[in-house]
Amino acid sequence: MSNLDELYQEVILDHNRNPRNFRTIEGATNYAHGKNPLCGDDYEVYFNIDANGIIQDVGFQGAGCAISKSSASVMTTLVKQKTLAEALELAKTFHLLVTQDEVAAEIKTKAGKLKIFEGVKKFPVRVKCAMLAWRALEDALTSKDATHVVSTE
Amino acid sequence: MKPEISNHRRDFPMLTRKMHGQPLIYLDNGATTQKPLTVLNRMDQFYREEYATVRRGVYGLSQKATEACIASRETCRRFLNARSADEIVFTKGTTEAINLVAASYGRKFVQAGDEIIISEIEHHANIVPWQRLAEEKGAQLRIVPVNDQGELIFSAFEKLLSPKTRIVAIAHISNALGTIHPIREIIAMAHKAGAVVLIDGAQAAAHMNVDVRELDADFYCFSGHKTFGPTGIGVLYGKLALLTAMDPYQCGGDMIDEVRFEKTTFAPPPAKFEAGTPPIAQIIGLGEALRYIEAIGREQIAAYEHELLLYATEALRRIPGLKIIGEAHHKAAIISFIMDGVHPHDIGTILDSQGIAIRAGHHCAQPTMRRFGVPATARASFAFYNTREDIDELIKAVSSVRKVFGP
Repeated sequence: MSNLDELYQEVILDHNRNPRNFRTIEGATNYAHGKNPLCGDDYEVYFNIDANGIIQDVGFQGAGCAISKSSASVMTTLVKQKTLAEALELAKTFHLLVTQDEVAAEIKTKAGKLKIFEGVKKFPVRVKCAMLAWRALEDALTSKDATHVVSTE
Repeated sequence: MKPEISNHRRDFPMLTRKMHGQPLIYLDNGATTQKPLTVLNRMDQFYREEYATVRRGVYGLSQKATEACIASRETCRRFLNARSADEIVFTKGTTEAINLVAASYGRKFVQAGDEIIISEIEHHANIVPWQRLAEEKGAQLRIVPVNDQGELIFSAFEKLLSPKTRIVAIAHISNALGTIHPIREIIAMAHKAGAVVLIDGAQAAAHMNVDVRELDADFYCFSGHKTFGPTGIGVLYGKLALLTAMDPYQCGGDMIDEVRFEKTTFAPPPAKFEAGTPPIAQIIGLGEALRYIEAIGREQIAAYEHELLLYATEALRRIPGLKIIGEAHHKAAIISFIMDGVHPHDIGTILDSQGIAIRAGHHCAQPTMRRFGVPATARASFAFYNTREDIDELIKAVSSVRKVFGP
């Protein structure tokens, strides 16, 4: 598979064409705004987290490239019914997956479905696209300040 | 198409390199241009054999370096057909030139209630300095809209002009869409209203003849790195009377007449606006670049690039699902486009993998993107060293985007 085919895998293109959970959530308990001003990718993420710290619902809205949009879409499909700690751990795993030259076997196992994004690391300028939604997730789940905007540039 | 112009491609060492195993096809000339050997050699020679400071040495080396800078300033004068070399101020680039005028002319002459007119499709560098000035002074920023082709709506401009208009700031050529604005008419109308006009010539200087006297421009600026010269150097042309009336920009060495603790008096233009040791090698490199352009001939360059524009436009239009943003009647060789269902960044990555460098994004022109309802565009921008073969490769690569993304 060429680097380009590895980057634009069919599953990624499908999430780009038909993003999952592509909606706002009225009265969301947690929210964040991720925006890369230089390239223009811009997403808002919404979470409903119950009293036990379980993510009951997640959605996202915004615009950007295929990598950023599909990454956000896949993220929403993976964190539903996860605890905050599990979701944050997954964000860390994703970061290692798309930035480390040699990814440890246990990280790959943890990454599961996220492995489709491993090809991004051959395109260093696109890592920020893949990371944007996950950075927003981290912000939404850890910060009480809903007004500031996070970036991966 | 005259083959002799693109033969100058051989003057550019960068254009012989490969990218991802493919010959580099460089189509991001709107962002910056490659450097011909003559500029590289001149700067190299200066650093190796002639380097010294300027304007303050009594030794021979310094005098020679000073003379080389004076010669470059004279080249810039000739390049723009300014009356006097004193009307040529060296800046870091177009951005600094606009900031200089906003700070030194604007702060002194713009008052509360005054109006500054810009177009809807300016580069951020020709928006934000005016916006800040307007906020500081309690002045109003007025925006001339464009039509769906990306052309200025002239009747709207006429309506906006009034005795309150202090400054009109507009690009010669839009960096995002390629529109060539009718600046001679704009300048004449603005003058009738009593306003001064700044033309952002960043996209024009290397691609068409510019005659500031014939245009009657009050200020005209461009960047060295977009005219086959080095980064970190640019030119602000200003009419001598305006430059003389303006306050200094930055303060320091070289820009003074006499310094006393009680009061300092300032040097006349252009020194008044050039505090500190200037970028000497860049000034000399810029002069070399402009002489290189003059030797090829800007009319010939403009005619050749126009043929490239027509050839590329026609070929891109044939690609299904591709839309060109900005179809002004008078247009430079800059083509912005979008494709159904594919973000411009993904187009950029796919083209890069085939050795083709284009720009993808908002082109530092977010209001322009908003006007046309797109978050970003892909942009191919040409120089005289590009060829029809480059465009054929571009078309092949853009067609391959569909293969990756599906119909």
